[in-house]
Amino acid sequence: MAKPKLAVWKFASCDGCQLTLLNCEDELLPLAGQVEIAYFPEATRAVVEGPYDVSLVEGSITTADDLERIQQVRAASRRLITIGACATAGGIQALRNFADVEEFRSVVYAHPEYVETLDRSTPIAAHVPVDFELRGCPIDKHQLLEVLAAEIQGRAPRISSHSVCFECKRRGNVCVTVAHGTPCLGPVTQAGCGALCPSYDRGCYGCFGPQNTPNTASLTTRLRVHGMDEGQVLRVFRTFNAASEVFLRASERHETARTSEEVTP
Amino acid sequence: MSSDAVGDETPRVTHTGGMAGKSDGQGPADRIIDVPGLQALVDRLIARGYTVIGPTVQSGAIVNAAITSVEELPQGWGDDQDAGHYRLRRRDDEALFGYASGAQSAKPVFFPTEEVLWRGRRTQEGFTVEPDDSAGRDAPYALLGVRSCDLSAIGIHDVVLTGRVHGDVAYAARRAAAFVVAVTCSDPGGTCFCVSMGTGPRPEQGRGAPYDLSLTELLNGGPHRFVVEVASERGADVLDEIGAGPAPAEDVVAGDAVAEEADARMGRHVDTDGLKELLYAAADSPVWDDVATRCLACGNCTAVCPTCFCTSVEDVTDLTGDLAGRTRVWDSCFDADYSWIHGGTVRATTKARYRQWMTHKLGSWIDQFGMSGCVGCGRCVTWCPAAIDITAEAAALRAAAEPDERDAGTLP
Ligand code: SF4
Ligand code: SF4
Ligand code: SF4
Ligand code: SF4
Ligand code: SF4
Repeated sequence: MAKPKLAVWKFASCDGCQLTLLNCEDELLPLAGQVEIAYFPEATRAVVEGPYDVSLVEGSITTADDLERIQQVRAASRRLITIGACATAGGIQALRNFADVEEFRSVVYAHPEYVETLDRSTPIAAHVPVDFELRGCPIDKHQLLEVLAAEIQGRAPRISSHSVCFECKRRGNVCVTVAHGTPCLGPVTQAGCGALCPSYDRGCYGCFGPQNTPNTASLTTRLRVHGMDEGQVLRVFRTFNAASEVFLRASERHETARTSEEVTP
Repeated sequence: MSSDAVGDETPRVTHTGGMAGKSDGQGPADRIIDVPGLQALVDRLIARGYTVIGPTVQSGAIVNAAITSVEELPQGWGDDQDAGHYRLRRRDDEALFGYASGAQSAKPVFFPTEEVLWRGRRTQEGFTVEPDDSAGRDAPYALLGVRSCDLSAIGIHDVVLTGRVHGDVAYAARRAAAFVVAVTCSDPGGTCFCVSMGTGPRPEQGRGAPYDLSLTELLNGGPHRFVVEVASERGADVLDEIGAGPAPAEDVVAGDAVAEEADARMGRHVDTDGLKELLYAAADSPVWDDVATRCLACGNCTAVCPTCFCTSVEDVTDLTGDLAGRTRVWDSCFDADYSWIHGGTVRATTKARYRQWMTHKLGSWIDQFGMSGCVGCGRCVTWCPAAIDITAEAAALRAAAEPDERDAGTLP
């Protein structure tokens, strides 16, 4: 059986998720034994022609050129897996969706005419069918290896969509919200990072996007109890997954609330 | 594990209640030890090959950990517990056990969050399952400072995990090897309700899991000391080895008074009268809709509950596919995937999941295992990030049901 051909594509992103693949030091050789790394500019200039069996896609769609290129990637890929918050939700760059792109283009850049960009950052799945979305900012190495192993062996990946709290408790952490009063997005966020931040006594930042049954309204009530004002609540939902539907709706509720708070002294 | 260790001791996991003991007042007389005596006890247990697990202070909470010295115990610490709220506080004494239930019970010790069930390897001929000699290999453990509610919870796990057709062998091995030093609660927490559930605050032989020794801490009327109830032969042996003498009669009386005072200071209360029937009749109660607006479906309550035992198995392979394995991990009825069957999730809503949790804990557990699934430790109340209180929800269900029952003539 010929080895499956793997391609790694980049759209608007910081490369952190591709680096997660490169950081799989001990596993890279076994991986190279199982797949043909056919297209991975971050790692090698050698290019093997498509079509590809598995494409990993990093980054969001932010330019007119991206819009065309993602169609080509999809057409050349038997399976397309998006990796990271940019590709699955639009990423931190989706903060532009809440702002006037024309305005900051003219303010920020010396030659705004050189900058060609769409006024919104959108996830890959908004443009082409996606076979699996791997969350995280950045993605977790073990989850990536699990997804690749599952692809190679033609089985379902073992990726949970429950809350970070599951992992937090399995790890034996003391809850930072209950024991320290630290606001934490863990209860509404999907597991995958191994409850990294709570393990270091920090609240979860929501890097993996919403869990499968998120209750952001209730969590917001608790964030307020733990001392956040409306503006802070708005901002905690506006990070790497700001444009994911659930966090978007949660933050929008606070935009209205904040406006009325500002108006009503 | 040293050579004079516990290997020759008879496994003690029992499904039928405690050992012969002094619940009738006829057992061995209580002993007395001071703080150096407690250290001697820890030393003896370590010398016998046990890993001693006791309460410590970590990340602002009482957390069980391996200890070698009584200096690692939370001396002078107490706690404030309320729904969604836990804070350590300084006590005005030097008590070593002056707090209530900690962040976790004994559950993760006997029933780890993840356990390898088997590993297998692809071979020329096919497939081999690697022999599993790991069941309970980490044992033996000696648990120090087990609360009465948690003893009842261990007793429940003994029934649930070893009493079924395919028992949990690793759990059974750990339990059989374990030495248990219980402790009387002197300062119940704000979320404790063991008295409602009939599980505490003082360990009693024949209630819950058997134990070897039970300490009641005394701080007044003499040096810092512990009345020690002897509940097993090996418990007596260990006390003989450290030269623990008989407890003076006034100390025994003082120990009883500690328990009586604790009894009267429960932070919470549940009316268990007809609770199972109430829950069964309340499947469509609007109370579930209300709690679902607050519940985060985060699963913390089931993770901290000392009796919740739900797990799933995860099958993994490595990149080559040559190595495969199956791991049992803690799961929860709050996870959508937990009730996933072909075609979808049975309990798709948070409302259905909260109803499942509470109905199981306080109701259907009784039909399933012959006892309540709640021991009143209060952890699910304290550690719920949404401050949901199972005792308040039980009261709300009762209040919502009562007018109907009056209409139906089932209540006066
Ligand atoms: S620290 Fe955060 S992630 Fe961990 S249990 Fe608490 S709320 Fe959940
Ligand atoms: S249901 Fe709550 S109070 Fe009852 S045993 Fe479980 S954690 Fe403790
Ligand atoms: S309450 Fe839920 S997690 Fe706990 S034992 Fe019952 S079904 Fe399992
Ligand atoms: S519920 Fe009872 S036995 Fe358990 S910690 Fe509280 S007072 Fe102690
Ligand atoms: S009751 Fe509390 S701890 Fe349990 S799932 Fe709901 S929010 Fe989480």
